[in-house]
Amino acid sequence: MLEIKVGQGSCGISAGAGKVYDALQSALAEQKIDANLSVTGCIGMCFLEPIVDVYADGSLTRLVRVTPKDVPAIADFLRTGDASAVASLVIADEDSAFLSKQTRIALRNCGVIDPESLADAAAHGGYAALRKAVTEMTPEQVIDVIKVSGLAGRGGAGFPTWFKWNAARQSAGSEKYLICNADEGDPGAFMDRAVIEGDPHALIEGMLIGAYAIGAKEAIVYVRAEYPLAIRRLEKAIADAKAAGYIGDNIFGTDFSCEFRIKAGAGAFVCGEETALIESLEGQRGMPRLKPPFPAQSGYWHKPSNINNVETFANVAWIINNGGEAFAAMGTDDSKGTKVFALTGKIKRGGLVEIPMGKTLRDVVFDIGGGMRADKAFKGVQLGGPSGGCVPRELIDTVIDYKKLSATGAIMGSGGMVIMDESTCMVRMAKFFLEFTTKESCGKCVACRIGTKRLLEILTRICDGEGREGDIELLEDLCARIKENALCGLGQTAPNPVLTTIRYFRDEYEAHIRDKRCPAGECTALVRYAIDPDKCRGCSLCSRKCPVGAISGEIGKPFVIDSALCIRCGQCAEVCKFGAVRKG
Amino acid sequence: MDDNSKLRELRAVLDTYRGIPGSLITVLQKAQGIYGYLPQDVLGLVAAELDIPPARVFGVATFYTQFRFRPVGKYFIELCKGTACHVNGADTIARTITETLGIADGETTADGLFSLKCVACLGCCSLSPVMMVNGETYGSLTPAKVRDILSQKRKEAQDNA
Repeated sequence: MLEIKVGQGSCGISAGAGKVYDALQSALAEQKIDANLSVTGCIGMCFLEPIVDVYADGSLTRLVRVTPKDVPAIADFLRTGDASAVASLVIADEDSAFLSKQTRIALRNCGVIDPESLADAAAHGGYAALRKAVTEMTPEQVIDVIKVSGLAGRGGAGFPTWFKWNAARQSAGSEKYLICNADEGDPGAFMDRAVIEGDPHALIEGMLIGAYAIGAKEAIVYVRAEYPLAIRRLEKAIADAKAAGYIGDNIFGTDFSCEFRIKAGAGAFVCGEETALIESLEGQRGMPRLKPPFPAQSGYWHKPSNINNVETFANVAWIINNGGEAFAAMGTDDSKGTKVFALTGKIKRGGLVEIPMGKTLRDVVFDIGGGMRADKAFKGVQLGGPSGGCVPRELIDTVIDYKKLSATGAIMGSGGMVIMDESTCMVRMAKFFLEFTTKESCGKCVACRIGTKRLLEILTRICDGEGREGDIELLEDLCARIKENALCGLGQTAPNPVLTTIRYFRDEYEAHIRDKRCPAGECTALVRYAIDPDKCRGCSLCSRKCPVGAISGEIGKPFVIDSALCIRCGQCAEVCKFGAVRKG
Repeated sequence: MDDNSKLRELRAVLDTYRGIPGSLITVLQKAQGIYGYLPQDVLGLVAAELDIPPARVFGVATFYTQFRFRPVGKYFIELCKGTACHVNGADTIARTITETLGIADGETTADGLFSLKCVACLGCCSLSPVMMVNGETYGSLTPAKVRDILSQKRKEAQDNA
């Protein structure tokens, strides 16, 4: 029997997977091809979407960058088994290596199973760990296994999971809550979305095991409202799991009972902070609470609560099935298991990468990611989003491990990894993140509310060519004060992008301030456009496109830009067919 | 849907959630689903019916980026300003939209055709820079491509009119 799976995560759908699926469906019906067509989640090779996997007698043919136009050729292949019909679509070996070089635990079923089928999840081992935990283990034993595994929070802080579970278990009271933080707010991170869209049962199972361990009778997933597909698939998975008896009363005939629900967030980055998330769950503005008391003592409705992130929970069932030692066997002394990264930016092969801790940034960027697009020079990698930092080229051999990454001034974070090349301005990068944190600051504490605003103003004037001597020192001083005085993690880490870019790219700041020059050519106010007389053919196209009439010349002879009139919109460079407009 | 049936639907939502603590955000989400935005009298009704001070309802509604207080245009443009899009030129795309339509982030054109909203991350990082128009994603944008899409939409609206 032929099995056809079309990757339909959000990224696949954006790339047109839905249309490919529809076209395949009608082709199968019209040509009476006996094949089982289904949907699967994101396999993580976003750069190759839409992806169609064809399984014939267990052997896989992976077709990439498929469009509806390719469907007739695919139908030929399905009928005849002759792969030459689809030769141009078959994945290249070097692209296959993107997956084969990974170790997938959290993403074990993503892109493999149909996320909307409980039967498919169960056939791939779903809920076996839950059964084992509740029927064969005590909650303390579950916590012990997690302790042995060394699993730490994958949301950013890297706090040992067993410790949080144990603290919630030890807290007095019978009403406890288990909460999943699926408010994946870091721009550039989408691993949690991929897990929920691709394997929602892994999350549900991990959460139920967590609920059993801490003694919670209710589990809640707080999902970003911007993830409608994830919410829809999770709703279906919860309903199916409930119908199968995995959620509800007396799970697997034991006296463990647990209810399960989703709460859609409404768009606020600060709600990724656990106490702000709790406020939001209670229907309030998502403003952080003072800690202590920690949620393990007093959380949702002031009851003991435990909050973990999606990827953390996605590892739990695997650990229960395979033992804590198997998980701990991977990684470094400090960091165990695997970590998922969302690889994006100026990278050749972008997507989801899950690798054991202890690999280097180079392994991810060059070995798996294939290096820079357009073969430009690699400049650095931004880790951990607005709370993280930029790691420069010189530190590309840094080992991926909580402590080693923190030592660079960046953080492991939730796993966003944005690659930058020579055309990325680092001052602008810092400004970009401060724009974000300023917008997202909840306003509760002065250090963050006003401090980030002042940081942004200084960065803006530097990018606008109005930077002053002493601005770098002023930024550093302000950063130190914000770190020290902000109430929550958002504020305390907001200066990180500024501090790391100053630490590693100080010369770029100096070029902006002293020489009024943007080395990457990205800051419009500091860019000058000029026409290379050797390349210009005098076609006048740029002159006609220029919105302010700053370009003049005679047809057939080199044109000239009057930089006093030029507003640096770049349209001349965009339209020139001869590459004659230089930016510098 | 006419005003009466919208109100009926809203009342049904209020009946479901009245008495369930912590459901204000959910109620506001459903109200926005019904009206397309949150009109002031709807906020007032929610406050009265859930017995929450209007100031708190307004405080919660304005805290979250999902909530809108004005109707949006026929074509709702969500421009991604995530990190990957930033690195790949989202600023240029924003400038192009603003120059072409004469609206900035959060504004609607005078003819009610287009609204622009910059959003944090649409999660389609590999297609960056990206925008969504009424839920449909357009990726690997260039200024020229954006101008094309916008004029296509404008033509589409004229043809329908």
